[in-house]
Amino acid sequence: MVERMTLADLNQVGQRASIVEVAGDDAVAVRLMEMGLTDGEEVTVIGFAPLGDPIEYSIRGYRLSLRKTEASRVSVTLLSN
Amino acid sequence: MSEKTLQVETRTLSVALIGNPNTGKSTLFNGLTGGRARTGNFPGVTVEKKIGSFQHAGQTVQVIDLPGTYSLSPRSADELVSVDVLLGRQPGLNRPDAIVCIVDASNLERNLYLFSQLRDLGLPVLLVLNMQDAAKRNGIQIDLPSLQSRLGVEAVSAIAHQQQGLNEVRDAILRVASSQATPPTRLLPEAFYTEADSLGNWLKEQGASDVPQFLRERLLLDVHGAAEHESSLNLPGNISDYLTQARQRLAESGCRIPVIETKVRYNWIRRQLDGAVQRTTSDHVVTLSDRIDRILTHKVYGVLFFIALMFVIFQTIFTWAGPLMELVEVGQGYVSDLASSLIPPGTFRSLVVDGLIAGVGSVVIFLPQIMLLFLYIAIMEDCGYMARAAFLMDKLMTKVGLSGKSFLPMMSSFACAIPGVMATRTIENRRDRMVTMLVAPLMSCSARLPVYVLMVGAFVPTVSWLGGALSLQGLVLFLMYSLGTLVAIPVAWLLKKTFFKGETPPFVMELPEYKWPSLWIVLDRVKDRSKAFLVEAGTLIFCVTILIWAAGYFPGDHTEQHRLEAQMEQLDEQIIPAEEKLAELEEAGETTGEQASLAAQLEVWQAQREEMDEQANLLSGQLIQESFLGRAGKGIEPFVKPLGWDWRIGIGAIASFPAREVIIATMGTIFSLGGDVDEESPGLISTLQSATWPDGAPLFTLPVALSVMVFFALCAQCGATLMVIRRESNSWRWPIFTFVYMTVLAYIGALLVYQIGTAILG
Repeated sequence: MVERMTLADLNQVGQRASIVEVAGDDAVAVRLMEMGLTDGEEVTVIGFAPLGDPIEYSIRGYRLSLRKTEASRVSVTLLSN
Repeated sequence: MSEKTLQVETRTLSVALIGNPNTGKSTLFNGLTGGRARTGNFPGVTVEKKIGSFQHAGQTVQVIDLPGTYSLSPRSADELVSVDVLLGRQPGLNRPDAIVCIVDASNLERNLYLFSQLRDLGLPVLLVLNMQDAAKRNGIQIDLPSLQSRLGVEAVSAIAHQQQGLNEVRDAILRVASSQATPPTRLLPEAFYTEADSLGNWLKEQGASDVPQFLRERLLLDVHGAAEHESSLNLPGNISDYLTQARQRLAESGCRIPVIETKVRYNWIRRQLDGAVQRTTSDHVVTLSDRIDRILTHKVYGVLFFIALMFVIFQTIFTWAGPLMELVEVGQGYVSDLASSLIPPGTFRSLVVDGLIAGVGSVVIFLPQIMLLFLYIAIMEDCGYMARAAFLMDKLMTKVGLSGKSFLPMMSSFACAIPGVMATRTIENRRDRMVTMLVAPLMSCSARLPVYVLMVGAFVPTVSWLGGALSLQGLVLFLMYSLGTLVAIPVAWLLKKTFFKGETPPFVMELPEYKWPSLWIVLDRVKDRSKAFLVEAGTLIFCVTILIWAAGYFPGDHTEQHRLEAQMEQLDEQIIPAEEKLAELEEAGETTGEQASLAAQLEVWQAQREEMDEQANLLSGQLIQESFLGRAGKGIEPFVKPLGWDWRIGIGAIASFPAREVIIATMGTIFSLGGDVDEESPGLISTLQSATWPDGAPLFTLPVALSVMVFFALCAQCGATLMVIRRESNSWRWPIFTFVYMTVLAYIGALLVYQIGTAILG
């Protein structure tokens, strides 16, 4: 069985993952989807802020910053490098 | 033929400009319209309304600049404004003839999301591909003709910050504005459109107003959306239940809301771009921008760079603005002297010099700080660092209940709260923005410094430890500076728990690519902000200054004062030439009788002049006491006594409400009477040190000095800040709230300090 993983679990620069889904139908979830985090999309970790939060990602060719609480709303599967 | 030309010429076209943040939308707006725009707020919301126009090929085109947004799914009244404008539902604005959608050519995929929604509005859409230079640099090649035919709209490319392609955009606007509406994409499953139609029928049955197709779709798509609560739509009371059921029906047929919308739109975008846009570089390549980010957001270097940058900004606003502000003061003095020499002493002169000229001066004095801060902000925003600063500070600021974007406005408020409040515009979330705006005036601004310096210098003992490295005076000054910040934390927390309650706003923020800031954009933004301050806040600040002048001037009888002033000026006219003559004689070495008699005469005159001066001081002190302001000061003595103050400090505090820096001048006027002035030490410090209560006890003790400082640290004694809050929040409610909460805090703080201080020190 594959363990359920979220974007917030990625802890290394350069890690890549494929989005499974964004949970919920509230403003945060919709905003994440509108920014292009839809199922099947690939995300790469670019860097972490000094206190480990927020996190910079690369998605659809641009750079996006998310807080850990928001990143944990996005379930993903890890892609091998 | 001629009739047709006439028709074209008389009709003004109107277009709405919209796009994602960081696409150069404002730059394009300024480029198209030449920067001349009418600005204001849309009624009832904090959204800025900006309308400009241009002439092209004999045609006038009005351009409405809409706020930058990633999508057209309104979740707040602020976000609904753009939809209302585009549907022609905004009162006072005709429906635009076309939509100009500006996109970042180097980031087409995400930018086209908004475009795909705009197509559904039933208006012709023009696509402007901006930042072609950045796209080329990133190895992105766009086949424009193929993109146009696939998207089904006209597209033009431009580099707005280099003013390239503006005429092509103007040409295209004229063509598109008179063309057919772009057909809607109808990307969602057919079941959705059937549901939207039955919603329309149901609304008609329920007697609601005619709800446009676009809003019917939004009602279904936006769970907890703003359209559902829009009163102007006259929606039936059970609309929420109906929509929940409709969404349920759709989910059963495989159309899950809200996931479905983003999914079908992004899939559509990818299909259109496939083949029309080529990337020569791989998606996984580490760009130059990423490499810069590794340093600038690094745990150590990034933080050090940030601290150094903030230090430089703070220092320069503090120190560079100083000479410029002095220049304003010198200029004001020069104009005042000029006016005094032209107008005879009297109420009119007082109105011109102490009211009008001082009023203008009190507005212009803030310009250097505003311009400097916005110069930095514009540079940081345009090069892309601003988003990184928010990224770095976010964790720290969330602990206080704010977001990373609140840091800069808060920090700049240490120099002056006015540019600080204006800088909250960079915070998109309304709740975060409002809380930041309301606590920013608590930061110890530079106008509080003179009060601290005066009180600390006069009443805090000069004790030092560690060989002079740590002094008690320095410590007290530091504590006064920290006080506002320490108080701001619980206030922000409380505001977040009460007036601005709600889920934590998402910090979903784009980190734009680094680029060199464009001088043109930077200067334009500085000009924009300065103008907004001068025109809108400035007018109100000016009025307040005049009001306070009147309160301090009336209803006293000033005839004696004016007579004295006229006498003094007459005497000066004799003294000055006499002094010159005497200097001339002495230089020539003539010690004749003429010289001696002139010297004797001069001495008499000077003695007379000094006596008059003293009389005038006494008189102006008495007049202030009799004025409305003075009466108010005496009236509040019972209230300020628990703070250890007498009525004179009370007047000083009241007179300082429009601007705290006037306290020094007011104290000087008030304390020049009542026999408290020590003639051998005319300085204000010694005057204050020797001031007494009627029973002879010293007025200022250490607890009283501390209580005055704490009051000034926490009180909203700045009319200009309150006026800027009114402008930025578009309501009178928030400046009044700020005034009340800060004054109450200041009173309680001063009371505690005095009472506890007296209890300890005896």
